[in-house]
Amino acid sequence: MTVSLRSVGYRYAGASRPSLLDIDLDLRDGEVVGVAGASESGKTTLALVVSGIAPRTIGGQIRGKILLDQADVDDWPMHRLSERIGIGFQNPATQLSQVAGTVFEEVAFGPMNLAIPRDEVIDRTWHALEALAIDALSERDPRHLSGGQQQLVAVAGLLAMRPEHLVLDEPTAQLDPAGTRLVADAIAALAADGVSILVTEQKTDLLARIATSVVILEAGRIAMRGRTGDVLDDPRLEELGVAETSAGRLRRLASAAGVGGARLEAALR
Amino acid sequence: MTELGVEQLAHVYPEGDVRALDGVDLHIAAGERVALIGQNGSGKTTLVRHLNGLLRPTSGRVLIDDTDAARLTVAQLATRVGLVFQDPDRQIFAGSVRAEVEFGPRNIGRSAGELRNAVEVALEATGLAGEERTNPYDLGGSRRKLLALASVLAMRTPVLVLDEPTTGQDARGVERVRSAVDAVTDEGRTVIAISHDMRFVAEAFDRVVVLRDGRVVLDGPPDVVFGPAAWEVLASTYLEPPLAAVVGERLGAGSTPTDASLVAALGSWSAPPEGDDPGDEDHQHA
Repeated sequence: MTVSLRSVGYRYAGASRPSLLDIDLDLRDGEVVGVAGASESGKTTLALVVSGIAPRTIGGQIRGKILLDQADVDDWPMHRLSERIGIGFQNPATQLSQVAGTVFEEVAFGPMNLAIPRDEVIDRTWHALEALAIDALSERDPRHLSGGQQQLVAVAGLLAMRPEHLVLDEPTAQLDPAGTRLVADAIAALAADGVSILVTEQKTDLLARIATSVVILEAGRIAMRGRTGDVLDDPRLEELGVAETSAGRLRRLASAAGVGGARLEAALR
Repeated sequence: MTELGVEQLAHVYPEGDVRALDGVDLHIAAGERVALIGQNGSGKTTLVRHLNGLLRPTSGRVLIDDTDAARLTVAQLATRVGLVFQDPDRQIFAGSVRAEVEFGPRNIGRSAGELRNAVEVALEATGLAGEERTNPYDLGGSRRKLLALASVLAMRTPVLVLDEPTTGQDARGVERVRSAVDAVTDEGRTVIAISHDMRFVAEAFDRVVVLRDGRVVLDGPPDVVFGPAAWEVLASTYLEPPLAAVVGERLGAGSTPTDASLVAALGSWSAPPEGDDPGDEDHQHA
C-alpha cells in the first residue's frame, strides 16, 4: 500500500504565498521516509498535507493529487482518512485528548474511537506503553507529566491505533536520548510490520538510524532526495540549514586537521 | 551581578505524591554557564521554575543574592531571573513581534531608551530584526521559540534560564541560541539551560549538572561529567555522553567531550615521528 503525492502544492488560508510546491513523493509499505530542512522550509506543512489535516481541518488551498493505493482521496472526509493515516504532532500538548484522566485511558482513547473490541484495546494499550517504557506511568494524569513524558504518551497513542500509514512531526523534539531511542525503535518495529512512515526531524543522527530515504525541503520544494546515507553525507546540507550527523561532523573536523583515517573510522563504528 | 543558591530544595506537586525534587543543593556564581541535564521527568523544569518564583518550595529554599526567594514577590523575582519556557505558545500573547519583545522590559520598568536598545539587540540576536510588525502566530514554531527567547533577552535580567532552547531549531537556530548564551555570559550574567542535546551542552557550557529522580547526581565541567569515570552514573540516568567522548575513550585519547577536544587530542597524540606514517599502520590493522 502506498501513499503518493503528485505535484502537490499547498497554501495556508490567508497566506499570500504557497508553503509547499511541486511535491512528488511515494510512501511505500515498510518504508521510513525522513524529511529534513531548515525552519519554515515546509516540514510541518508536508506532515499536515499527507495526513489530510490540511486542508480538511485547517482550510487553505491544495493542488495536485494525493493517492492512497491509487485511489484519489480528494473527496474523502477526515474520519475516513484518519482510519488509514495517523499523525503525531510536534507539540504533545496539542495531541493529548484532554479528556482522559490517566495515561492508560489516553493511550486507549484512539483505538476505542475506532470501535475496536475492549480486550484488544487493553492489549494494544499495554503493548504501546511497554514499547515506550512508560507502563509505570499508566495511572498518572497525562496533564501532569513532563513535556518529554507527554510526547511518549502521544506516540504510544498512535502505536495503539495501528495505522497503515503514519506521519510523525518531530516526534522526539522534547525527548531525552533514551526516549529518542525508544521512539526510534518503535518506528523501526512499525516499519518492519509493513507500516509506512513519514517522519520530519531536525535530528539527523536519528534519521541516519531509521530512515530508508531522506527528502530535504527548501522553501516548500524538494531540494534533495535519495538514500539516507547519500543525502546526509552531502556537503550541501549546511547551506540548506540541515545539521550534519555527529559522525559526519567529527569526520570532517578530523580530516580538516589531518587526524582522520582508519583508526577514527574504526572507533566511529 | 547575581548569585543563586539552592538549599535542600524539595518539591511535591499537589496532585500527586511524586517528589519531583528531593533535596537539591546548588550554588551558581554570577556569569556561569550551567547546563541542566537528566531524563524526562527527572525534575529539571521543576527546579528552574523555583528560580523565578513560578513554583515555591515544599521544603528547603532558593537564595537570590543571599535573600530567600520566598520573601521576594514574583514581580521582584522577574527583574532578576528571566525564564524562557519550553513551549513558546505558553509565553507569547502579543499581536506583533515588537509588542511581544517590548512587554517584558516595559513591565519591569526599564526606561524608554534602555527599552529601545534592549529590544533591538534581542531581535538582532535571534534573527528577528525586520519582523517587528509580524504577528507572532505567522511565524513558524522554531521562530516563535526564538521570539520567546528574544522577549526574555530584552529584559536583560542578571540570570537567564532557558528550558530546552534548541529543540525544534535548525542548524542556524542552534547557532543563534549558542551566540545568545555567549553574549549574555560575556557580560557577567548567568545562563542556566535545560537541554537534551549533549553536543550542545558539551560545547556551549562550562558546567553540567545532572539530575536523577529529583537529586543532583553529577556536577562538574563537561570533561568530568562526560568523562569515562562518570559514564556509569550517566547511564543510570539513561543519558549518553556526546559521540566525541565515546570515540575519544575508544581511542584512548582521554576525556574529549567536544569534537574540537577530540581532534586536538588526536593531533597531539598521533603526531607521527619522522618517517613513520601512521596511515600505513592503520591499513595493516584494518
